[in-house]
Amino acid sequence: MRTYGLLAWTWLRAAAQYPASMLLLGLATAMVAALDLAGIALLFAHTPRIAGFTAEEVLFLYGTSAMSFAIADTLLGGTERLGEHVRRGTLDTMLVRPVSPLIQIAAEEFTPRRMAKLLPPAAVLAVVLPRLPVEWTPGRIAMVPVMLVSGVVIFAAIWVLTASVQFVVIEVHPATKSITYGGAFLTQYPMTLYAREFVRGMTFVIPLAFVNWQPGLYVLDRPDPLGLPEALRLASPAVAVLLSAVAATAWRAGLRHYRSTGS
Amino acid sequence: MAWNAPRRRLASRGVSVYPWVAAYSFRRHAAYPLGAFAEAITNTVFGFVRAWIVLALWDARPGLGGYTAADAVAFCFITQAMIGPVQIFGGLELTQRIRSGEVAVDLHRPVDLQGWWLADDLGRAAGTLALRGVPPMAAGLWAFDLTLPGPAGWAAFAAAMLLAVVTGFALRYLVALTAFWLHDDRGMQAVSLIMSMFFSGMVLPLVVFPGALGEIARMLPWAALIQMPADVFLGRCSGAELWSVYAFQAFWAAVLLAAGRALTAAARRRLVIHGG
Repeated sequence: MRTYGLLAWTWLRAAAQYPASMLLLGLATAMVAALDLAGIALLFAHTPRIAGFTAEEVLFLYGTSAMSFAIADTLLGGTERLGEHVRRGTLDTMLVRPVSPLIQIAAEEFTPRRMAKLLPPAAVLAVVLPRLPVEWTPGRIAMVPVMLVSGVVIFAAIWVLTASVQFVVIEVHPATKSITYGGAFLTQYPMTLYAREFVRGMTFVIPLAFVNWQPGLYVLDRPDPLGLPEALRLASPAVAVLLSAVAATAWRAGLRHYRSTGS
Repeated sequence: MAWNAPRRRLASRGVSVYPWVAAYSFRRHAAYPLGAFAEAITNTVFGFVRAWIVLALWDARPGLGGYTAADAVAFCFITQAMIGPVQIFGGLELTQRIRSGEVAVDLHRPVDLQGWWLADDLGRAAGTLALRGVPPMAAGLWAFDLTLPGPAGWAAFAAAMLLAVVTGFALRYLVALTAFWLHDDRGMQAVSLIMSMFFSGMVLPLVVFPGALGEIARMLPWAALIQMPADVFLGRCSGAELWSVYAFQAFWAAVLLAAGRALTAAARRRLVIHGG
């Protein structure tokens, strides 16, 4: 963890050598993140409710999903480039250094620009949380930070899991974007939009529903449209821990499988 | 004019280099079907999520913007299929060559820089369309009720698609050339990504953009990339309307290509200053 901070700080200082470029890119990154928000705004320009959810409720889902994803992406999004390191052989360089290759890849080219993605969801949550028409019991208040942290851990585990696959098949990387970026996109909306089988898959196979949907139902005090047990609403932290364990195992297995490139 | 000699030799034999550039680019981009298929999977997944979102919107507002629900769903899948060929997320290989200085070699070739890269891009678009266009459409057809064109509609769409690729190239070429001045093109790249995602109709069809925003969006060049070809695909333009779509696309393609030529000339002078 200390090494990660040190490496990240080094990359940060490197990026800060070009302050104008850093600032502009940060601004642009925030705007790209706000594009999803523009989509939601356009939807609600035409209808007060979408699949039974009001604008405030959808914005709550957007804010929690985008916030969790932005943090996970800042910390571990770099692992996406594992395949490139394998192909170029630069992973070998990382392996001989006395620091975990996961930390090296994750911290690589760490820039505050990635953190700019936090701005739109942070602003949305600040505006929308006090306006949610729910009775703020202690349980609900506590659930908001709990779901944000669980969301970060789930997305982080997904980054590591999808990167681990690249140890075996590099070409699969573009398809895993459907889980990472696709997951970030689809959790911004209520799952009542999607087909039931799809939601079941997002609950039990790729547990994206635990990022913000199941805990969100708890906060918003809504029944589960699939009629799943209520206990699932509180299961996010457990799912996050479990998925992290799976991701750690997959990463170690991938690293053991790695036999370097070349002849 | 010694540098011009190979071109004249080729020209005298009636051989143009551009078709070869396009053909080799096609081969290069069609060479990794597995990687392209993996991209297509992601395009397809996003197509499903987008389709479910618009279905909910059209469920609340049937006939919004003149689209039926089947039109709106078809819009999502056809635009997902177009991401690759039109390269809506931006980028041109030329950028890296400008940054590394390899562009000096390109400028030395006895061919036009813009023409070379346009040929290269057309080859890329064809290769990408072949590999990444079919899976999202096939999956969309299997899962949803989609509006599909007849044979004449497909032909009309093919022409609109070609114009969209050329317009898209002209835009990306302009963005790439800014690297001559800015050295770091990422800022420009990000700005152009925002514009092209929002104003092309990738976020939501331009028909749902309210009031003046919608009218402005329909006049900007990005509308020629996604919204217009998709409208042709949905059979919403016939006769004179179809020709006005083509004219709109051709107008922006011509304007942007001309701007690209002017910028190329300026960059050529710039490079001489730089090369000292």
